[in-house]
Amino acid sequence: MAGKPGNHHHGGSGLPVYHGKFGERQAARLLWRAGFGPRPGEAAKLARRFNLRGAVHSLTRPKGKEHLKGPQPVDEDGLPLAPFDAYGHDELWWLDRMVRTNHPMVERMALIWHDWFATADVNSQKLSIEQAQLFERRWMGPFPDLLADVTVNPAMLIWLSGLDNTRRAPNENYAREMMELFTLGASNEAGYPYSEDDVREQARALTGWDADWEDDVGYVNFHFDAKRHDAGAKTIFGQTGNFDWTDSCRLCVGHKAHKTFFVEKLWSYFIPVPPTAKTRKALERLYVKHDHAVRPVVEAILMHPAFYRGPSMVKPPIVYIVGLLRARRGGIRSDWSWISDLAGQRLFRPPNVAGWNEARWLDTSTFRGRWIAANYIAGYDAIDDEATYSATEGPKQAVRKALQFWGDPQVSTATRKGLERYAGAVATSATADWQQDTFRLLRQNALRMLVATSPDMQTS
Amino acid sequence: MSCNHCEELTRARLMRRAVAQAGNGLPSIEPGMPAPAGTGLSRRSFLLRSSAAMLSVYGASRLRLGDLEAGVAQAAGANDPVLVSIFLEGGIDSLSVLAPTTDPTYRALRPSLALDPDAGTAFTEDPRLRWHPAAASFDALHRAGKMAVAPAIGYSSPDQSHFTSRHYWEVGGLSPREITGWMGRLLERIGTADNPLQGLSLDGSLSPALATSSVPVAAVDGISYDLWARGVWGTPEELMFGAVADLGAGGARSKDPGLRSAAGAATQAMQLRTQLEPFSGEEINAPVAYPEGEGSWFGENLSALAAMLAAGLPIRCAAIQAPGGFDTHDNQAESFASDLKLAADSIAAFQADLEARGLANRVVTLVWSEFGRRPEENDSGTDHGAGGAAYVIGSRVNGRMVGEFPGLDQLDPDDNLRATSDFRGLYCSLIEQWFNVDAGAVIPDAASFARPTLIG
Repeated sequence: MAGKPGNHHHGGSGLPVYHGKFGERQAARLLWRAGFGPRPGEAAKLARRFNLRGAVHSLTRPKGKEHLKGPQPVDEDGLPLAPFDAYGHDELWWLDRMVRTNHPMVERMALIWHDWFATADVNSQKLSIEQAQLFERRWMGPFPDLLADVTVNPAMLIWLSGLDNTRRAPNENYAREMMELFTLGASNEAGYPYSEDDVREQARALTGWDADWEDDVGYVNFHFDAKRHDAGAKTIFGQTGNFDWTDSCRLCVGHKAHKTFFVEKLWSYFIPVPPTAKTRKALERLYVKHDHAVRPVVEAILMHPAFYRGPSMVKPPIVYIVGLLRARRGGIRSDWSWISDLAGQRLFRPPNVAGWNEARWLDTSTFRGRWIAANYIAGYDAIDDEATYSATEGPKQAVRKALQFWGDPQVSTATRKGLERYAGAVATSATADWQQDTFRLLRQNALRMLVATSPDMQTS
Repeated sequence: MSCNHCEELTRARLMRRAVAQAGNGLPSIEPGMPAPAGTGLSRRSFLLRSSAAMLSVYGASRLRLGDLEAGVAQAAGANDPVLVSIFLEGGIDSLSVLAPTTDPTYRALRPSLALDPDAGTAFTEDPRLRWHPAAASFDALHRAGKMAVAPAIGYSSPDQSHFTSRHYWEVGGLSPREITGWMGRLLERIGTADNPLQGLSLDGSLSPALATSSVPVAAVDGISYDLWARGVWGTPEELMFGAVADLGAGGARSKDPGLRSAAGAATQAMQLRTQLEPFSGEEINAPVAYPEGEGSWFGENLSALAAMLAAGLPIRCAAIQAPGGFDTHDNQAESFASDLKLAADSIAAFQADLEARGLANRVVTLVWSEFGRRPEENDSGTDHGAGGAAYVIGSRVNGRMVGEFPGLDQLDPDDNLRATSDFRGLYCSLIEQWFNVDAGAVIPDAASFARPTLIG
């Protein structure tokens, strides 16, 4: 009941709801964490049009058909992307959707599931893309359906050895990860939620999936083959039956450790400090009450006071890059694979099955990657004609202009003052006549980089 | 002492250039800038000034020379031991580096790839083995007592996935989901919170072996950490990098931990850029010749590392991958010798460079690969195996064999070479004997591994 002043509570759910000011700052955080940041003016517009609930619902329950705004990307030769065939175009296909979509949260949730069910290179761009499309389709779950679809998804069947898991030679790869990484966690306060025997028995239940190999194509015709399935009795989590892969999924979701694992993991994608025990339990109740639907839990997290009052989060590299492109209303114009790789996150190439390490997005190397990404995007529109540039532009004016370039993001007073100090220092250093316009032009290009790489822009 | 004097001169020359460049155009902004170089500044103050130069634009007084500069200066002990890790990617065929050339089993398993019985040179510690002709510089290091050879190193239940096995070596344990590297965890013990150079990747992206959970480490592409912005040059450019650090310093004072961590990355990036500025675009005048031609970047980066160490930069662990591909499933005869020769000659040149610069007593080099290869050849190459090779090189290294060569008559259940030493024991020795740190704090289950005597 207590709660901080200004927090209301959901009727009966026990979940606090943020009830402070919902202005441009709060809207911008919502758009960054539940999407890929605002297009110019979008945060202010969202805050003007909606209250908190309306704004959250505009993302979680988007109206109208999804469409991609703006021109389709082309490769260096002006040809359309070939996502299934051309190297790197699978990543470009997805980046382009993130940049141009009018339903950003669909893509952001798909990116979250890509990290949650991290599948790396399976030697087929087509199968990688089809898995991403599964994440888009199941962006709001319900979780049991998502888990079932992932379990027999072709890319996953290759990645975690599902095709090698047979009655005669059970392979434990997927069985272990589905419990440890996807549904239950390795250990929790109550100890280990599953035993090594459970791993072996789950592996037996999951047997039976197969595919055909075609030279020059790869795996095709993924199917369940009863002859490869171990139809005998298994004992999983103390229950015995002639379980198959659907039972495997059902038993995991029904395990008492699942709801806590799910709620804490989902929360961690949106809020950098863990939920209080009270909030966590309320979210668990909400999750179970709605038959393991994802949307009610996501909406409760996005309306939680900790989302707006808590500390900021470092943006994942893909979100940072896509966000800069959206802020510029730009599109994918070149091969972004190596740049996002330098920044520490390459789509379809998570470092391992545990996904990316969100706690370590920034180091000197990935900072340089982000710098290079910002330079690429800002560089498209770098100013180069000093003849037309003002020789008298003042520092504050220059900073305002650089912020406008990125759609007027809100920055802290400390950052704004730092930018103005820089602008002033450049003006002071321009002593010769020829430097007056030239240095101001160079300063504007530099200020754009300083805004894009500032601590404020790396976080939301 | 005389040695320190030499390093002093090298450092002075390099740092003078940094101050001079950084100072270019600054005096008109802030009259209290560092004094021009060559005025008898101490070793410590050269370092301080060079890294403070950028930040000073916006007021050294406000930053009070910051924790970062102080940390770098304090970390720059000229006697601190250094470890360099060199990775031979793909799983090098250890049975071709040191081959049992007269063993009938070897000749039967390797009908097309076996070396001639009297090829290369004899291995002085085991009469059954001979060095590959391309490994002559390894032989020389070994004969000089500067190289310890592990002829069959690995771990129990070996994994034959490149990814998994390499990961084990990188994290220093058999945990698939460990996310910090073994050198990273070592740096948590011996490093500081304010010196990204202490763990330095020299090939562009951070080596997983250097990944830490708290202290900063750095990755550079070669020796430079170049950043540029389109349409920005001259004084506005120099001031821009100062401003990145300034914005980082501002963010570092925020109450918001997310903002602070982003600010920290910006500050460290600019610090690294400043630290490496003296080397940017400059030729390193190495005192020895490194291999030229294809793959020469490897020797260039090693010579740059030697130059950085000579300049007193506070590097403790460095990591680099050798050129060439040792995943020789096919056509092994064509690529193996040249790749081995390039790697061995470059590594030997690095050791000679360190000796010429008077640094050889401070540096140990570990050369490793994720596994060895199958004793039985396939058509024209070899598939993934188990027991592989590691080499520990340095003037302070005890050049005695680690483990023994197990022979080919008793292979493991997968027909691979049995490991006679565990890489984790090797790590424990390096951690304890070279860095004087309790390996139990770095390597899981450290107590269970035998420690070969590597140093002294």
